[in-house]
Amino acid sequence: VIANLWTVLGEWPELATGFLNTLWICAISGVLSLILAVPVSLLLVSGRSTVRRVTQAIVDVLRAIPFLMLLFIVYYCLPAVHVRLSRWTCGLSALIFYNTAYFAEILRGAWAHLPHEQEEAGRAFGHAGLGLYRRIILPQILIAAGPVLGNQMITLVKNSAFLMVITIPDLTFMANQVQSIYFVPLEAMLVAVALYWLICSSIEWTVRRMDQIALVRGHE
Amino acid sequence: MAWTSLLSELANGTVVTLTVSLAGIAIGMLSGLALALVRVGRVPVAKQAVTAYISIIRATPMVTLALLIFFGMPALGLRMSPVVAAIIIISINTSVFQAEIWRASLLDFPRGQLDAAHAGGMTSALTFRRIVFPQVWRASLPSLVNEMTLVIKGSPAIAVIGVVDLTRVAVRWTTVTYEPIPPFLTATVIYVVVVMCLIRVQRSIERRIVARYGIL
Repeated sequence: VIANLWTVLGEWPELATGFLNTLWICAISGVLSLILAVPVSLLLVSGRSTVRRVTQAIVDVLRAIPFLMLLFIVYYCLPAVHVRLSRWTCGLSALIFYNTAYFAEILRGAWAHLPHEQEEAGRAFGHAGLGLYRRIILPQILIAAGPVLGNQMITLVKNSAFLMVITIPDLTFMANQVQSIYFVPLEAMLVAVALYWLICSSIEWTVRRMDQIALVRGHE
Repeated sequence: MAWTSLLSELANGTVVTLTVSLAGIAIGMLSGLALALVRVGRVPVAKQAVTAYISIIRATPMVTLALLIFFGMPALGLRMSPVVAAIIIISINTSVFQAEIWRASLLDFPRGQLDAAHAGGMTSALTFRRIVFPQVWRASLPSLVNEMTLVIKGSPAIAVIGVVDLTRVAVRWTTVTYEPIPPFLTATVIYVVVVMCLIRVQRSIERRIVARYGIL
């Protein structure tokens, strides 16, 4: 095992490429999904019932299907309707689309739990419309939803491993590459597992730190 | 004709997805309870080892775990069929999440009841069986059903190691007929129906617990 582990670590450039790819794929998808989730969460509480219902139906379906299904739908079904995308665009857009549904639902939930007085007080001070949302509501729901968003971020990292199926060279793909060249399946995958653990633990740690900062600034 | 054979293949895939998931969940439930008991227990080294194990497996993507088990175990001399490997993969993955669910309910358990059972002359095994387990089970049940939906959503990882589950049936149909939309649309509907049913079950369990015991 030790000797094999050295073989695997000898291939560190491959693993580092996979690790960095996984890192930036997750970072970009996380940020873009969060940005997209804000308008989608507004649609989820829209006053027009058709808009609200259609958005909620799409979000519910996305949250009910496995990520790999969505990935395959984007990868196989879009070319059938003459939309041709590279595998990178496919992978990233599927990841972003999927997580936007989860993030939007989380933001909607956090908004539903925000005391109504906050909005009334904002209006009393002359805030209205988008300004009210941006200055009063959004910061509070982001802080309240912080831990849940963090958990979903960890799920995103774990879902990103499915991208190896459409040959995107992420951490799992590269580890699998190394294992098939040297036939060191156990060790190659264990190194990948350790690196995933590192990513997820850092996310957990960041969320805890942000929670402490929020607590200091008077949020519960 | 094509439709009927597509539907029958997808039905087979659904059966594989459900059987493997349910088997994994059942094994995961027992091993999860065992892990949780060690984690809330007071045996020094075992406790830390289990905590580390849970933390690592929770951070491991299902695909990575699938490749680790499916290719790694034969390297240790353990050969197994893809379906057996799939059940092992799912139970390892879900057991750590179920361990956290059990642990939360165990930590919430009121100590006074343990003292009362002890004072009443019950052994600790009997206390666990008659007093602790029924209440902890009730508290955990809704979360355990919720975990089932997560397992179903993670289960396509077993398609990667060659198990012909619902997702793989759709892929196989696509590569044979070059018509991706019918299989994927139908498979999506099946996943949505299965997950929505589980959510229904979870809500009705919650309602019944509230109706019968007043609190969740």
